[in-house]
Amino acid sequence: MTAITALQSTEPATGPADEPSAEPIPVRHRSVSQPLLYGALLLCALLTLLPFVWVLSGSLRGLDEIRSDPGAWLPHHVTFDNFTRLFRTQGFGRFLLNSVVVAVLVVVGNVVAASAAGYALAKLEFAGRRLAFAAVMTAMMVPVTSVFITQFVITVDLGLADTLTGIALPSMALPLSVFVMRQYARSIPDELLEAARIDGAGEFRIFFRIFLPLAGPAVATITIMSFLYSWNNFIWPLVVAQSMSSYTLPVGLAATSQAAAHVTDYGLMLAGAIVVMLPVLLLFLFLQRYFVRGVAGTGMR
Amino acid sequence: MRTRRTAVAWLFLAPFMVLFLLFTAVPTLSALGFSLTDLRGTDLRHPFAVNFTGVQNYLRLFQDDSFLRDILNTAVFVAVGVPLTMGVGFALALVLDSGIRRLRGAFRTVFFAPVVTNVVAVALIWRYAFNENGTVNRVLGAVGLAGPNWLDDQHLAMPVVIALGVWRNFGTAMVLFLAGLQAVPRDVYEAASLDGAGKRRQLWHITLPMLMPTTLMVSVLLTVFYLQVFDEPYLLTDGGPLGSTESVALYTYHQFGVGELGVSSAASFVMLVLVALVSVVQFRLLRPRS
Repeated sequence: MTAITALQSTEPATGPADEPSAEPIPVRHRSVSQPLLYGALLLCALLTLLPFVWVLSGSLRGLDEIRSDPGAWLPHHVTFDNFTRLFRTQGFGRFLLNSVVVAVLVVVGNVVAASAAGYALAKLEFAGRRLAFAAVMTAMMVPVTSVFITQFVITVDLGLADTLTGIALPSMALPLSVFVMRQYARSIPDELLEAARIDGAGEFRIFFRIFLPLAGPAVATITIMSFLYSWNNFIWPLVVAQSMSSYTLPVGLAATSQAAAHVTDYGLMLAGAIVVMLPVLLLFLFLQRYFVRGVAGTGMR
Repeated sequence: MRTRRTAVAWLFLAPFMVLFLLFTAVPTLSALGFSLTDLRGTDLRHPFAVNFTGVQNYLRLFQDDSFLRDILNTAVFVAVGVPLTMGVGFALALVLDSGIRRLRGAFRTVFFAPVVTNVVAVALIWRYAFNENGTVNRVLGAVGLAGPNWLDDQHLAMPVVIALGVWRNFGTAMVLFLAGLQAVPRDVYEAASLDGAGKRRQLWHITLPMLMPTTLMVSVLLTVFYLQVFDEPYLLTDGGPLGSTESVALYTYHQFGVGELGVSSAASFVMLVLVALVSVVQFRLLRPRS
């Protein structure tokens, strides 16, 4: 249907000067192949959303139904049985609680550490400022995959292996958060801070009373970004958590699904997947601009 | 006064700097240190039993066929994953920026959703869908094709793993390209239109050249992502079948798992050098904007 409409509307406009093309082209006047573009976009959107649909429909199907008809698209009978089993028998309540505790530690740590560091880097003159900024940039470049072994040894030495603190600690002052706060702080006029300084306010007073109340948007961005980082972090909790009592949701889900690889209890696993995905997706729907700003503003996740 | 101000500033920086030293600076340097020893997992309680072995681990690494294979695998992840991700991201950005007028926000939301989605959850459905009796084979069956057991096939596993990487990352590329496209001044196009330049020529001679910095940044960024690829192969295949999807990061993790801390540190240091080389370029690209 879409293709036919596209074809018909293409006909009259195809003049000699106008290159007929289905390609998306950046011009202001509308191209004739609009329905085609919408059709292609819709197809891409469906493909993108397909995994979500599968997870949702699979999580709502009963065990026997998945066994008898593993590749079906939609549940014949909607059941919440998988979710009840998940929390009753598989310890997911504990994993969920652990993920929340770690996320709270990480978010609070990032807001505190990044606000202070970002402010100092942007607004204070001091010896070693370039060095400190170089540390931020270095930290952004060092890949987690190449330091997790030595980070683990240090965590063991600190007596924090297999603890929630050990899982949270390395990401409690993400360099990206500091970077975001520094960029934001630079946009706040010096005059505001200077005026307070002339009135005799101390540096801490200026920070808490004048700077922080203005830094709301940056704090919001840092909160969202570090929550996302913590919630989805996989390799580090995988290395540090060694018993089920300290598993976060992703680690618990991966461990359970690997143990269940031959049991094919996919309904249970997909219910777990919903529990992992849902909080972030809901946050994303409501606070989208902060997520996008985090990525677009810095080019990093 | 100046010393006091410096002291105050470093106090502000202290929380970040302490964690930076503890979890970035020291680990990076000690990864190099570890890689020059025969450290094993069992030695952690008796550090004095460890011997300095020089470049022994590196020699072992580059004589290890599975490490060389994993370097090759990682190169495939980068060589296939980066252009595919960029291509999809760029095409979508172009359409959303100027191809359509309505529903832009809705489409952007949909295409960005994979970026924020938990990979463990998605990997589950990926395994389920590419199973022998999975949804993908059901679709193939409907058109009369017998689908294989994708993730158990030495040649088909890699494309499926890369596909998950592309699905997860194209939204990042799209958002960055959108930002780049929106920064191109509109009157340039108007001037070109007046001079009789067609749409295709405008794309080639205006859009692409002006997007060069963005393109460069996105490609570097994605290269760093794919160089470190771990989650996708770990969750889908654990590097199998027969090591055909094992990346360097996964090799490091596996060596770490069997207690070979010296060897895995050497492998992780190789990774660090590779990423650092790419990141130096990235740093230069980001600096003018900061």
